[in-house]
Amino acid sequence: MSTLAHIFEAAGIATVALGSIRRQIEGTAPPRGLWCDFPLGRPLGKPGDPAFQHRVLAAAFALLGADEPVVTEFDESIPDGGDEMLACPLPPRHDPDAHPAIDEARGLRPAYDRGVEMSDGRFAAGRVVAADDIPAAIEAFIRIAEGTPWKEAGIPGMPLRVSHDIRSYYETAALALVDHAPAAWAGTRWFLDRTETGKVLLAARHAMQEQEAPHGMWFYLTPGDR
Amino acid sequence: MADSDIKALTEALPAETFETTAFTAPPSLSEATVAIVTTASLHHPEQDDFQAMDAGYRVLDGSRRDYVTGHWSPNFDGTGFAYDMNTVFPLDRLDELAEQGVIGRVADQHLAYAGNQFDLSAIRLDSGPAGAAWLKEQGVDVVLLTPV
Repeated sequence: MSTLAHIFEAAGIATVALGSIRRQIEGTAPPRGLWCDFPLGRPLGKPGDPAFQHRVLAAAFALLGADEPVVTEFDESIPDGGDEMLACPLPPRHDPDAHPAIDEARGLRPAYDRGVEMSDGRFAAGRVVAADDIPAAIEAFIRIAEGTPWKEAGIPGMPLRVSHDIRSYYETAALALVDHAPAAWAGTRWFLDRTETGKVLLAARHAMQEQEAPHGMWFYLTPGDR
Repeated sequence: MADSDIKALTEALPAETFETTAFTAPPSLSEATVAIVTTASLHHPEQDDFQAMDAGYRVLDGSRRDYVTGHWSPNFDGTGFAYDMNTVFPLDRLDELAEQGVIGRVADQHLAYAGNQFDLSAIRLDSGPAGAAWLKEQGVDVVLLTPV
């Protein structure tokens, strides 16, 4: 992103770049950069908080008054302690013959549909796997977790893209099940650590690593630190 | 799992460097046309999704609000943008600043690129300058760059 700032300035357009990773914005050194110590995915800091977002913008636009290149930092951090998790209800078992992850995903469908409506589908499933096909996609990862070679499991697309749609399905459903803006990563932690499908995905990721799948095939199934 | 751990994974990546830093003096903000350029891979639903290593850009219509993220990285929180698009793409905030007279006007259209690129040569040589030329044609004076 800071690269674009250099290019645009050279073309005669003034820029202000927001950055969430200090070493990156300081390393690329855009003409005017504001490092905001906010969680990744939230460059304006706080969803649903226009006053805070205006503070960030005011700090950013203030840099337009600089008479030489400048990279500075916003005066407030939003720390992520790594432990906040959505307190989000999960559907009760409905079909005892179905794998718990499949039953769970089916049970979340009404919440997912409400979440799509609430969020205009901004982070919804459907990029490679439509919402109707999410249970079948989860089944592929169940097979891998149970020992099927990953290439024979029937993953309906690039593994990372399929897992992205599954995660988006769950986190969009979660938006409809809570009444506030989730803390950063709280939805992802809920998905990976509380849901049956999250457990399946982590187990499948481990199995693919054990099967010596190419690094990019298993590593990006979840955030990199998992 | 913590945000700092995920950032640490990317901090060691080499930063793109420039021998000189271009620096354009803007007009007064209250007279400037301001656009957002985001690297959050946003696009309208009917536009092509971003593919891996996609160095192109999408034009975002500022009169609409149906922006979806096409970013493939698992290493960002998506619920902030899902809850409030202004967390990544603060178009409502810019509209408010324009109404207050803080900025001259908000551009009618904006741009989105895909961040998390490992090879930036196509952006440096092709789509970056093309985007700059397009912004100039729209009369944009100031760009706010937002990542994801």
